[in-house]
Amino acid sequence: MKTHQQIDRVARDLDPEVHEANFMGAKLKSERRYASLERDYPDPDKLREIAGLIKQHTLEHLDQYLEQTEASLQKNGVKVHFATDDEAVNAAVLRIMNETDSHSMVKSKSMITEEIHLLDYLEKNGKEVVETDLGEFILQIDGDHPSHIVTPIVHKNRRGIAKSFEREGLGDYNDDPETITRRARKYLRQKYLDADVGLTGANFVSAESGRIVLVTNEGNARFCMAANRVHIAVVGIEKLVPTDRDLGLFLNLIGRSGTGQQLTVYNQFVGGPRAEGQPHGPKEMHVVFVDNRRTEVLASDCREILRCIRCGACLNVCPIYRQSGGHAYRSVYPGPVGAVLSPLLAGNRFPELADLPKASSLCGACNEVCPVNIPIPDLLLRLRDKAKREGAKEAMKGTPNLGMWATLCSQPAMWKTALSMGHSMNYIPTQMIPNPSAKAWQAIRKLPKFQGGEFRKWFKNRNQGSEARSQNPTN
Amino acid sequence: MNDREQIFSAIREALAPLPTKAANPEWEDSLIVCKASGEFDSLKAQFADKLSFASGKFFDSIEALEEFLKKEDSTFGYCDPGLAEHFKHWSGITFDTEYDEAKINDYSFGITRASAAIAESGTLMLKDSVTSARLAALAPWVHVAVLAESDIVGTIGEAIQRFGDDPSIIFATGPSKTADIEGILIEGVHGPGIQIALVLP
Repeated sequence: MKTHQQIDRVARDLDPEVHEANFMGAKLKSERRYASLERDYPDPDKLREIAGLIKQHTLEHLDQYLEQTEASLQKNGVKVHFATDDEAVNAAVLRIMNETDSHSMVKSKSMITEEIHLLDYLEKNGKEVVETDLGEFILQIDGDHPSHIVTPIVHKNRRGIAKSFEREGLGDYNDDPETITRRARKYLRQKYLDADVGLTGANFVSAESGRIVLVTNEGNARFCMAANRVHIAVVGIEKLVPTDRDLGLFLNLIGRSGTGQQLTVYNQFVGGPRAEGQPHGPKEMHVVFVDNRRTEVLASDCREILRCIRCGACLNVCPIYRQSGGHAYRSVYPGPVGAVLSPLLAGNRFPELADLPKASSLCGACNEVCPVNIPIPDLLLRLRDKAKREGAKEAMKGTPNLGMWATLCSQPAMWKTALSMGHSMNYIPTQMIPNPSAKAWQAIRKLPKFQGGEFRKWFKNRNQGSEARSQNPTN
Repeated sequence: MNDREQIFSAIREALAPLPTKAANPEWEDSLIVCKASGEFDSLKAQFADKLSFASGKFFDSIEALEEFLKKEDSTFGYCDPGLAEHFKHWSGITFDTEYDEAKINDYSFGITRASAAIAESGTLMLKDSVTSARLAALAPWVHVAVLAESDIVGTIGEAIQRFGDDPSIIFATGPSKTADIEGILIEGVHGPGIQIALVLP
């Protein structure tokens, strides 16, 4: 009897072209990651270790660092907001837009805004929102969702994109990637100039200086802060690092880990609204710190997952992700990080995603490539345990029932009987064995005759013997 | 309890049961210094090498830059008024010294000042207080960042030490790029397609 999990079915039914694109893309990025780290550092693992410790330290002192960050930001003239959940964030962003008379927004890539469905909410409330990261823009016009946290359209090819562009009136069908890119550049440029608000996420926030750090390649995040009046940053509370100096370590790791780049093309350090005398850029800056169940994860025994800097290295190296692609994870975060984070961020909907931690052979490759050394296989085991204890039905399909085993182990007489009767299985025709696992086992094995019990007999008699010997010292 | 109080309270509750807390590890600056990609007799030479590895273009001669811009048919643009004296002798190339947003798609180049450059990565460090207009460094196809040789530092760590309190600092390493479409590398997305560093003595 074979049990297919949902992810098995998705991998089985995946379009061969999509599978190829996903697999080759992941493999290439993994190879580049390794090559860049080995080329540039005598001991790359040392950097991962230290980065992991810095993040763990920050998480375990999060209240102090968050307080410090808030103070630094306010000192720089930034307005700081806090939001406990998705509703609160969306309401805060809408309120800021209304209070600043803002109708249109350009936004750069942010996974947390996917968590809270910000786009849908703002559009329902009459605001115009345009995704500016090329991949996210293509997803927006297709009504699609990212399948990778760094390279969001790895599941798409140029022909599909060309058709979408034609449909949207961006030009006649042309599937040359350079032409597609130029068209997007021209179209989005006008959007940048017309927008009232630029919205970004943040890859890191320095508690010491209050600077938010954006790690990009396209220049779209810069453009979201060049021609607009207001900048809003939506940031998970786990993005903090203690000092600007620490940023040097994390920036050296994130580019190499994600794509093999020493540094991504643009690393922006944004501390506040534009400087005095600067003609371009936002005059007003807001940061919204978001919980959305991160404090629950912090309280759990899987808090290490909050170290994640969203580089995508674990996705790229994971044998399961390479076969199934990102959409198979049915959540915002795919791959190994998603297998831990998504069920946890689902809160009381944990059972719906509790099968994800099972989608792993525990090979440990994810931990080996993680720039902050998250022990992902350990966390997957803890979540499997949680799913079992909470009786998450879908997740537990196909898990052998160990109740009988537990009973046998705890009753010595039953155990002995089972052992001595065990080999009688050899005389039962295999086809007649009722338990499927036992049947499968017995079909290709022959249990030896039970020749045991000698140790127990000896042990029992040994005690009696020594008493006898002590009464007969000459023996 | 408002959202802020709720979050802080939840964090404290989450961390209270921890018997011990992870210490902040010590680490040497040298931990993150990149191995040299070759032998160089100056930071300028190392910077030039790394810049071209990142598809950027290095110039230390104003004449050579003039030739290049003409070859690229990039003959009208914007220049930081404080730098205009270096280039106003150019023939066949003209520029505004005040950025006109209406001409954003007419400016084929933007010349602004960089605050520093990083030799180990080929990176230009731009600051709000030093960049005369953000759009000039971002919108045109060609961006020329001008800096003095003495402003080239060796490492990313050293550049971070020079942050000061500028509200907008950008590390720019080469022209804007993407590989979103089938993993094919395309240069020149939303930002410049040609990133130039002009290093003056």
